[in-house]
Amino acid sequence: MDWETVIGLEIHTQLATKSKIFSGAATTYGAEPNTQACEVDLGLPGVLPVLNEQAVLMAIKFGLAIGAEIPKRSIFSRKNYFYPDLPKGYQISQFELPIVNSGHIEIQLADGTTKEVGITRAHLEEDAGKSMHEGFGDQTGIDLNRAGTPLLEIVSEPDMRSAKEAVAYMKKVHSIVCYLEICDGNMQEGSFRCDANVSIRPKGEEAFGTRTELKNINSFRYVEQAINIEIERQVDILEDGGKIEQETRLYDPNRNETRSMRSKEEANDYRYFPDPDLLPIQIDVELIEKVRNQLPELPNAKKQRFIDEFNLSDYDSGVLTAQKEIADYFEDCVVITEGEAKLSANWINGELSASLNKENKDITESPVTPKMLGSMIKLINDDTISGKIAKQVFEAMWNGEGSADSIVERKNLKQVTDRGVIEKLVDDVIANNPIQVTQYKATPEEKKEKLIGYFVGQIMKKSQGKANPKKVNELLIEKLDT
Amino acid sequence: MHQSTLAQLSTALESNQISSEELTRHYLERCKQFNKSLNCFITINEESALTQAKLADIQRKTGDATPLTGIPIAQKDIFCTNGVKTSCGSKMLDNFIAPYDATLVRKMNLAGIVNIGKTNMDEFAMGSSNETSFYGAVKNPWNKETVPGGSSGGSACVVAARLSPAATGTDTGGSIRQPASLCGITGLKPTYGRVSRYGMIAFASSLDQGGPMTQTAEDAGLIMNVIAGFDERDSTSAEHPVDDYTARLNDSIEGIKIGLPKQYFSEGLDSNIAELIQEGIKELEKLGATCKEIELPNTELSIPAYYVVAPAECSSNLSRFDGVRFGHSCENPRDLSDLYCRSRSEGFGKEVKRRIMIGTYVLSSGYYDAYYLKAQRIRHLIRLDFQKALADVDVIAGPTATGTAFKLNEMMGDPVSMYRSDLYTVSANLAGLPAISIPAGFVNNLPVGMQLIGNYFEESRLLNIAHRFQQATDHHKAIPEGFE
Amino acid sequence: MSFNKSEIQKIAWLARLSIEQQDISTYSDELSNILNLVECMNSVDTEGISPIAHPLDLTARFRTDSVTEVNQRDQFQKNAAQTDAGCYLVPKVIE
Repeated sequence: MDWETVIGLEIHTQLATKSKIFSGAATTYGAEPNTQACEVDLGLPGVLPVLNEQAVLMAIKFGLAIGAEIPKRSIFSRKNYFYPDLPKGYQISQFELPIVNSGHIEIQLADGTTKEVGITRAHLEEDAGKSMHEGFGDQTGIDLNRAGTPLLEIVSEPDMRSAKEAVAYMKKVHSIVCYLEICDGNMQEGSFRCDANVSIRPKGEEAFGTRTELKNINSFRYVEQAINIEIERQVDILEDGGKIEQETRLYDPNRNETRSMRSKEEANDYRYFPDPDLLPIQIDVELIEKVRNQLPELPNAKKQRFIDEFNLSDYDSGVLTAQKEIADYFEDCVVITEGEAKLSANWINGELSASLNKENKDITESPVTPKMLGSMIKLINDDTISGKIAKQVFEAMWNGEGSADSIVERKNLKQVTDRGVIEKLVDDVIANNPIQVTQYKATPEEKKEKLIGYFVGQIMKKSQGKANPKKVNELLIEKLDT
Repeated sequence: MHQSTLAQLSTALESNQISSEELTRHYLERCKQFNKSLNCFITINEESALTQAKLADIQRKTGDATPLTGIPIAQKDIFCTNGVKTSCGSKMLDNFIAPYDATLVRKMNLAGIVNIGKTNMDEFAMGSSNETSFYGAVKNPWNKETVPGGSSGGSACVVAARLSPAATGTDTGGSIRQPASLCGITGLKPTYGRVSRYGMIAFASSLDQGGPMTQTAEDAGLIMNVIAGFDERDSTSAEHPVDDYTARLNDSIEGIKIGLPKQYFSEGLDSNIAELIQEGIKELEKLGATCKEIELPNTELSIPAYYVVAPAECSSNLSRFDGVRFGHSCENPRDLSDLYCRSRSEGFGKEVKRRIMIGTYVLSSGYYDAYYLKAQRIRHLIRLDFQKALADVDVIAGPTATGTAFKLNEMMGDPVSMYRSDLYTVSANLAGLPAISIPAGFVNNLPVGMQLIGNYFEESRLLNIAHRFQQATDHHKAIPEGFE
Repeated sequence: MSFNKSEIQKIAWLARLSIEQQDISTYSDELSNILNLVECMNSVDTEGISPIAHPLDLTARFRTDSVTEVNQRDQFQKNAAQTDAGCYLVPKVIE
């Protein structure tokens, strides 16, 4: 049977506030256990929460960025359940009346088409602490530093039909929250993680199949793997005549399998009710407009601008704008090269991107700064170096050997453009290759170009790549044709 | 000395007739002497109280004093007090040393008030007799075979027996006013949000409010001047301007309109009590007030609404007591569930467990709309009743409690009857209104309180009426035999 | 309204209370009595009356985003039953 996959994601975005959502404790990652858990985060008897303004503004920002309605009134509710990483025995979250209502996000599919994914809602809540199962014998250690870190939970409609679409969506949301600077996007540290609801149904069927929820996946790669392995599992069960159980499952990347987390499920009844310690949030039009005016240019708008302003291809523009830092890098480079957009794009999407990938580095960690790359591109443009030599220069810059100028100077990589020097090289090669010269002369005009390449190659080799290829060509044709 | 009010002690300290140390030693002696028979304190802060007193004497000398600097006041053991055991009357917190001060405690410390001890109370403030305390029942100083009321029974007892010139309490459904009534003292529940709840261990967050328990309305005003006000650590505290609560005490009450709700004088009320309240009202009329009958049609519904909303909030508020970070933790738990279930079952007493169970049930899937939401709608109706009534009259008067102090153990087997006895007090909590109970006389040698309910943030007016009443009557001056 | 044994046990489990077998019927009776007490709410028409979660119609005030708390771990952990290496300890959690 042909199956269709249905996927919806719940993305948990840690908001990049300095302090917690309901307390004045720091949110810095990696502190000693429980040193950033104050009396409010620990849920000591008598403490009360007070809402962080920044968290509210960040949520509104996101809502506006996805074209969502920001309701006038929004409330916090308590989600009641017992778990060691949840100090109060309830999580302050939003149930009815979330801060962001429905919106949508456009994603690019592999075939170049675009697709709209619906966002059901986004709501504010507090993160839980961390349980550590290793190093405490037959006990579990609880670190509550993360407890109370603000989260924006972004819930999508079940609009995705493949693991690839899910990843494209997740990447797009990641890009938006990073553009908005409401999240540091650090997936290794758990700042951006997701739960995936996955079900399958026979192709053409309207009704959804029973879904499972894959918990806490914290990389793009794992999302794809986890969903695909879960689809396989569900197909196997259904084709064997079995039934899918609605449950929460955990993805284990080491074994590439999902397994049931029944312990978290045990007859849960969250008993949501409005948190009596917090008053309703009222958001007026002026505040929304103020936030709207502060919105930065978002990925789609930036992509279109790059196409219009710099004459870039849809592909190049898309790659450059996927990450805000790459787009910024590119624009810095364009300024330094005085408008050399195409060449800048080629170098960033080519050599630079390859080098970053090879060393698993982010563009913000690149040893070659926009200024360095831009200066090198200028050297290509004014014929100081050739494109080929430039690759050598780039590599040297990457390895920390200094600026393009100093490398070219030190390694004597300047392009040779002097007619006399090149003429000598041309003459030598012609003199040393009489057979090829004869052959060339016998070749019909339209096929001559092919043979030229041989001579150019010889000359470039002799000049250690430094001869100006354009000049070499001109002189060669001049000499060979006389 | 211990027959003096806060106001009198303040004058005595101000004029150097006595030092705070002498005063504090005197009260400490009384506390130690009488606590054995009354069981009204969970902790007596002998050492720290004397330190605070000595400091207060220096403040008095250097002219750094507030009116209450150097006066000992007892705190209900629901207020977190840094470095001091804060038990909330529960085995669950028998080992809990609060690592921070409640805002109310912090404000009182800043004012130089001496914290003489932590008073006994119903466990987690759940009860109307003080018999649910892990530390045992408190005796009513008027008759040691009867209860002092609850949940702030220890505080009421302490003030009635003059073991401390004043105390603090908290009121979720009458827990300041009912024990004040049963012990013959003055108890003010301020408007919801007037006094910070930060550090006051929560029972039902949307109903809880801390306030003074004193000999007189004037004393209540003096304490309100210290504890009232906005707190940035409590989202539900009000940014409403704070009055000088002693400034208007002596204003004439000529022309004040008092509403008498028909529903507060119906058949459920003891006729002797009804008589005393009527006399009290006549007294107010003599002072120039005019009275008229009014309707609070949904009064009967306040008990059901309250006994859904309060347990619902409490079931969630008390989830933090899980044996992990503080509080009672069971021995050798087999696994996580065992740790939770056993720590909580061992740590909480019967009444608390009963309310957690009810609260859990009314919030659970399938019952939420029928119970929790319905109760909050009825709460809205009750608020509308008051808004309508208070558009027509300035204050509402009636009895505080349905009866006088009852016998120890008399009601313990019948929680529902006990709940019903909160009939006149819970609606002020549901609506968030300020209300005061003042002594109105005695029935069979047991005190009776009269309740005045005012409009939002009109504590000053309540205190004004109460003060004028106390200027004209002596009920509040009576001291139980053996404690003079 | 009355409760059977499994209902009482379900509520107790949600609340993480362990109830002894012999106490179940007492709980069942007491909870039933309380529900009977509140039952009369059902006869009241609340059509068009919104539920209120707070007595006053106030709205949230926000806290500015700044770090105001310092590390007081040692002080806080004095109240804990068991800690190690700065962590609170619980019996092993199996996921």
